[in-house]
Amino acid sequence: MSGEAVPGEVSRAEPVLQARALNKRYGRVVALDNADFDLMGGEILAVIGDNGAGKSTLIKALTGAVIPDTGEIRLNGEPVSFRSPIEARNLGIETVYQNLALSPALSIADNMFLGREKRREGWLGRYFRLLDRSFMQKAARQRLSELGLMTIQNINQPVETLSGGQRQGVAVARAAAFGSRVVIMDEPTAALGVKESRKVLETILRLKERGLPIVLISHNMPHVFEVADRIHIHRLGKRIAVIDPKRHSMSDAVAIMTGAMAPPSDEAT
Amino acid sequence: MSDNASGSAMAERGLKDADQTVASFEEPEHGLIRRTQGFLHRFPTSIPFIVLLIGIVIFSFAAPGKFLAPFNFSLILQQVTIIAILGVAQTLVILTAGIDLSVGVIMILASVVMGRTAVVYGVPVEIAFPLGLLAGFACGLVNGLIVTKLRLPPFIVTLGTWSIFGALNVWYSKSETIRQADMQEAAPFLQWTGTILRPYNFFASLGLDWSFLKGWVLNYGSIVMLVVAAIIWYVLNRTAFGRHVYATGDDPDAARLSGINTDRTLIAVYALAGFICAIAAWVLIGRIGGVSPQAGQTANLDSITAVVIGGTSLFGGRGSIVGTLVGALIVGVFRNGLALSGLELLWQDFAVGVLIIVAVTIDQWIRKISA
Repeated sequence: MSGEAVPGEVSRAEPVLQARALNKRYGRVVALDNADFDLMGGEILAVIGDNGAGKSTLIKALTGAVIPDTGEIRLNGEPVSFRSPIEARNLGIETVYQNLALSPALSIADNMFLGREKRREGWLGRYFRLLDRSFMQKAARQRLSELGLMTIQNINQPVETLSGGQRQGVAVARAAAFGSRVVIMDEPTAALGVKESRKVLETILRLKERGLPIVLISHNMPHVFEVADRIHIHRLGKRIAVIDPKRHSMSDAVAIMTGAMAPPSDEAT
Repeated sequence: MSDNASGSAMAERGLKDADQTVASFEEPEHGLIRRTQGFLHRFPTSIPFIVLLIGIVIFSFAAPGKFLAPFNFSLILQQVTIIAILGVAQTLVILTAGIDLSVGVIMILASVVMGRTAVVYGVPVEIAFPLGLLAGFACGLVNGLIVTKLRLPPFIVTLGTWSIFGALNVWYSKSETIRQADMQEAAPFLQWTGTILRPYNFFASLGLDWSFLKGWVLNYGSIVMLVVAAIIWYVLNRTAFGRHVYATGDDPDAARLSGINTDRTLIAVYALAGFICAIAAWVLIGRIGGVSPQAGQTANLDSITAVVIGGTSLFGGRGSIVGTLVGALIVGVFRNGLALSGLELLWQDFAVGVLIIVAVTIDQWIRKISA
């Protein structure tokens, strides 16, 4: 299931999101040291690295949460520079944050459209700013069922009544609904139990089937090796290797990540 | 799934053997208490309705004949009108996990601006009235700007502005009262909210002899209250801004990451609250006929009481306008009922205090369901 990706609109060979020579320093601490990054169309790229390797700074730079000191980011070949996560989002880069960024007391439908609510057509929407609630509820339900999450019966139930995995599902569905180019997921299974982690991995694969390239940041090697097409290994502020999970073992990945093994030279970016 | 000894062994089996039931819904334990908790969590506004009903039943026995009279209900309605309007303003602020200690003083300041500008300085009421509304709006805007730009807790900010607006009130009013007769001569429009309506007479003039309406008295202030509440209900529940208010109070970081400009939302909430306080000022003038810089001293805490008893959480993100209206009615019913039952004033305060603590306890308990 994970091997042959259904080609999306972007062909597999084309890089969707690229970064070259990103640098970011916090005082004397070098968080990014000429870091490169490549995400190809339709793939799941895992990003792994030890704590403090700078992978979260890299991801923040790619999502606009951190502005790199120098370096270039290209989206579909076009140079871009984001000053905020909203700008990145407006260009089709959606992020599922580790804390999910959901409002617990609001409903599933409200959360899916939070910050991008759709107003009713015509004068009611224009002058009275009336929301098109039935549209949003329908769209939210449709998104969830596309990702196989439709055991959630009531689209108007508050997110806080959902389990951790279901919440993750809502956050992923929201990213999928609006992420037209890239979906970035930060530790999506970290807070979940075994059973719920499976759901989320399944959801990630379904997302990929729909042609969206996905960046998966995770500490969980089994999960990474299960779904990733390529693995970006980050060490000491830069990309040290990109490996193919079918040709390397988990212990190889960990060894490269921690510096115990030299990065393979055969597989370039 | 219990047969899996370790997580990693499980993970390496791949997706094919994975549990195929998607994100099944785990039923919470059934038990009466659990179910009640769940019900109240889904319909939090039902609590104030139940309390209101209980209050009405108790007092119709405790003060037979007097409490249930239409005239008495009309009186309660008039008594709670101002608190209810301030409560609507307070609800907006509390939904964002803030608090506004200055609502009472904004109302008084706005009433002084309206009344004094029109009566003492002889400015046409067409200008004096909007000036008063503007004063309320500006006070709220100041609150919102300080809360967002200086990043201070709303409690501290509005404690400070309470004092500041109070001082401005003394400065502008010179602590002078405007008498009803002077007001009637110079600016009767400002007293319009106190105009008494008799629904029976109204329908009788249409040829409908609805005798059950006899004895009911209403004033325009109560209608203003209902209109304000209806508009704010609409804003909160049917517009994107309203959703942003809830989201900002619920989890500001999540709201920001969802693309909501939380600072702008907060500024708008405080400014709107100030504007609503100025509308309460208009109703206040109608109720007392003139302007008194000393009026409404207890309005602040009463508005918070109405909001809290109405089921809005002081921690932000949950609550409703309907709850606040019912909360204001509960306070009115208990105060009125206890008085009619022949108890001293101190027991009214005692009862209101108990209601507040019970309300917050219930709120905490309901919130546990999400933990």
